[in-house]
Amino acid sequence: MTSNIKKIAVCGAAGTMGAGIAIVAARAGIETICYDMAAEGLERARAQASRFFAKSVERGKMTEQDRAATLARMKDTTNREDLGDVDMVIEAVFEDLETKRDLFTALNKVCDQKTIFASNTSTLSITEIASGCGREDRVVGLHFCLPAQMMKLIEASYGMNTAPEVFQAAWDWAIQVGQVPVETQDRPGFILNAVLVPFNNDVIRAVEAGIATPGDIDKAIKSGLGYKMGPCELLDLIGLDTQVRLCEAFYPVTLDPRASAPPLLRRMVAAGHLGRKSGKGFFDYGSA
Amino acid sequence: MMHSYEIVKNGVSRSFADGDDFLSNATGSGDIVIYLGEIPKDRPQVKSTVLLELDLDCLGVHTGEASGTEGSDVLGFARYRNGNDAPGKLIELVRQPHSSEAAIKAARQMFEAAGFDVVISLDRPGRIIDRLVRPQYNAAMRFLDDGLARAEAMDMTCRMGLGYPDGLIERTERGDLERHYDISKAIHDMTGLAEYAPSRMSCVAKQRKAK
Repeated sequence: MTSNIKKIAVCGAAGTMGAGIAIVAARAGIETICYDMAAEGLERARAQASRFFAKSVERGKMTEQDRAATLARMKDTTNREDLGDVDMVIEAVFEDLETKRDLFTALNKVCDQKTIFASNTSTLSITEIASGCGREDRVVGLHFCLPAQMMKLIEASYGMNTAPEVFQAAWDWAIQVGQVPVETQDRPGFILNAVLVPFNNDVIRAVEAGIATPGDIDKAIKSGLGYKMGPCELLDLIGLDTQVRLCEAFYPVTLDPRASAPPLLRRMVAAGHLGRKSGKGFFDYGSA
Repeated sequence: MMHSYEIVKNGVSRSFADGDDFLSNATGSGDIVIYLGEIPKDRPQVKSTVLLELDLDCLGVHTGEASGTEGSDVLGFARYRNGNDAPGKLIELVRQPHSSEAAIKAARQMFEAAGFDVVISLDRPGRIIDRLVRPQYNAAMRFLDDGLARAEAMDMTCRMGLGYPDGLIERTERGDLERHYDISKAIHDMTGLAEYAPSRMSCVAKQRKAK
């Protein structure tokens, strides 16, 4: 699969997701502009990318020469004007509708007319993000999974005004860089989070109702269904505060009771039991 | 401690097919008695631990309930299977609020000695797994009906994005949509929760079977 997209920019490249997307693009030979507001954040992301590629060299997945060339393809900038000539921008900024809208509206004034705007949103509507940006027909959804540099799946979605050739170009690019796109409609949570977020809430409600302990729920799911990780362990990894934020993004637009944050979840967050990052969630991890 | 067990079988067991090693290792006079298949209404309580094999029913149907104070040496259990797929190595051991801790310990030891993974579930419809996954399966089938994505895309997302060994649609179909209907309906009847209302696809499968 060949794509006409040869140069991209990642907005929010200092964040975990943005940094991962930049790695995916650069290692596939794509010239990659890493854009963020904070230079020190970009430096951290570059150091992480360098370590990631060094491990790839150790594991024989890339040569030292490739590593140097890949890093050279990644150009850091805090200047939005540097994004003018890219073929596609992928935004991975804070999961907030106004933030994403404002970014695309600003980029519309900077970027070439042909530049595609892709959003990595996991919960927001592509159509709403595109609304008012000035190039609604060139906005598409490309939701990577975390960590992007390890996970191949991308949920690709049209907004209501997305031109078919724009969707196709983004789709072809995803394949070209070694990812596996699946097409989904522009609905809250697309497929992945629409399946996962309510399920995780059901698990929390089962714990709250005393149906079983978190340990037994995880054991049941792993043994009975063959999952690699139990849902309570996964929630601790994701962060219980993140689960609250996901619920707050979902519930108002779906009014699905399963998507509303369970009381136990809110109490745990209020108590500082956020999961692995705080040292305690459904399980105890010692000091964080 | 090693426990010996005695089997009382009445009809078909969903947990242990004829010839299963677990059945072969039963004795005629163990300290645990296990009822498989149809549970008789009158059961002489001659053992310290009694296990009743459950299907879509709750333990309380056989033991009675007392406003949350119930519990005895009689426990429930089911070997988990995805619908009509072959059963796996998970045993969901079902307790009531005041079930005997000694009985739970004995039952756990007995199943673990036989090579099973054991988890304890409060006596609620669907126990642990079906309680959690049936709403997810219903939602996945509704997403399919609503055109969110093709079945292959949804299954691939589950495998590649969530790390599941299989997709929700393929798993539900493999386990039999009609069985999904039965399980969902049983939980829905007992809870009244909308997420357990059987999906359209499973209703169709059920009705076709009945024709």
